[in-house]
Amino acid sequence: MSRFSIFSVLSQAATGNTGWARQWRAPEPKPAYDALIVGGGGHGVACAYYLAKNHGLRNIAVIEKNLVGSGNVGRNTTIIRSNYLLPGNIPFYETSLKMWEGLEQDINYNAMVSQRGVLNLFHNDGQRDAAIRRGNAMRLHGIDAELLSRDEIRARHPFLDFDTARFPIMGGLLQKRGGTVRHDAVAWGYARAADSLGVDIIQNCELTGLRITNGRITGAETSRGFIAAPKIGLSVAGSSSRVAALAGLRLPIESHVLTAFVSEGIKPLINSVITFGAGHFYISQSDKGGLVFGASIDGYNSYAQRGNLPCIEDTCEEAMALMPSIGRLRMLRSWGGVMDMSMDGSPIIDRTPIDGLYLNAGWCIGGFKATPAAGLCLAHLMATEAPHPVAASYRLDRFATGRLIDESGGGADLVLH
Amino acid sequence: MRLPCPFCGDRGIEEFSYAGDATRTRPPPGAAASDWVDYVYMRNNPAGPHSELWYHAAACRRFLKVERDTRTHAILSASAI
Repeated sequence: MSRFSIFSVLSQAATGNTGWARQWRAPEPKPAYDALIVGGGGHGVACAYYLAKNHGLRNIAVIEKNLVGSGNVGRNTTIIRSNYLLPGNIPFYETSLKMWEGLEQDINYNAMVSQRGVLNLFHNDGQRDAAIRRGNAMRLHGIDAELLSRDEIRARHPFLDFDTARFPIMGGLLQKRGGTVRHDAVAWGYARAADSLGVDIIQNCELTGLRITNGRITGAETSRGFIAAPKIGLSVAGSSSRVAALAGLRLPIESHVLTAFVSEGIKPLINSVITFGAGHFYISQSDKGGLVFGASIDGYNSYAQRGNLPCIEDTCEEAMALMPSIGRLRMLRSWGGVMDMSMDGSPIIDRTPIDGLYLNAGWCIGGFKATPAAGLCLAHLMATEAPHPVAASYRLDRFATGRLIDESGGGADLVLH
Repeated sequence: MRLPCPFCGDRGIEEFSYAGDATRTRPPPGAAASDWVDYVYMRNNPAGPHSELWYHAAACRRFLKVERDTRTHAILSASAI
């Protein structure tokens, strides 16, 4: 695999960009691998990369029923941040954010990591106190957090509604190191990097069954034949329940649809990620100029990859409440992704009751920012049988033991924690 | 998406709130903790026909049992409980 550099870009420019080669091979599946990852999304290909790079496993493969990056990694609002509060989450998401900061050099791929800042607005005293507490928890862990006053926010973002808002902006918590990343490039970059270390990325290969002998995984039935593997990692958020059911497992997960939106392209307006505290709404501007935004899940089980109109209306109302200036902007597209809504709103990276079968699931609406660390931690778990220290709380059995991680008061059903 | 409420007729889902999987049954008071974990947290989460509860909050305030295909959002049936 040729490396990208200023010289490769210039030489291609001089020859009409006709010499770019495929970014990864299209291998036939081998009869057996040392480890197999199901799901060629961001998490799956990242896991394959770290299994090869950190743990020296080279005879491994990723199987993906469609194309690499055709699921949720390409269907999100591209935000990265580590502004978490709870002990189980802070180290994990900060590990992830630190990995984002060095990712492009590591995988030699331009993922357009842009640390433009994530600003969480608050609108009342209670939210202000919660923001101060969160900011202090972050700073105690060495993570950047700044409390901004209303005037400081007005100087930075004069287009927000400061004068007539139903929920006036009181201030905000800013994480400057947060930002956005070109989401598709993350999947492509990891796939390319894993491939260059010898990982087989097998696209259009759907998992149809899991072969289990005496409580141990022995391989995967796929649409392209049986593949033997003593270790299989499931990284199929959105479809985790369906895939786990192939191994006879039930999960504390419901699949729900979350809609994301993009407007027509406009000149630079929003230079960071801004979230609205009086509802649930987040907005940023892509480098192409479109405003990228989203809100909450529709709130009923769905595998449809499309939401309904009431949720779209709610989202646009929140947009108007935050910044009325975009009222005449035309919507370009909206699209739904299927979310693994775990019951406490936090993910699962753990072994399963079946030896050799590992689960990376339950990412709710926030899996994109976790991509590097989720790959790192699933690879660590598969290679060493022990959880990575920063992901040790993401246990499958925490719903039975009561060690829930109810960071956001989120999850499929808000009364369960 | 619209739900055919047996009391009010066809109504948009913004009138309803979702009350989840209708196939779960509450364990008896003395049941084992594992039964409660199963009831509270575990789901079948099927891709396809799903039996679920909806509350018609903005109109008749009755609970409905709805069969709906989670892949297409097609409503297969709706009845009062």
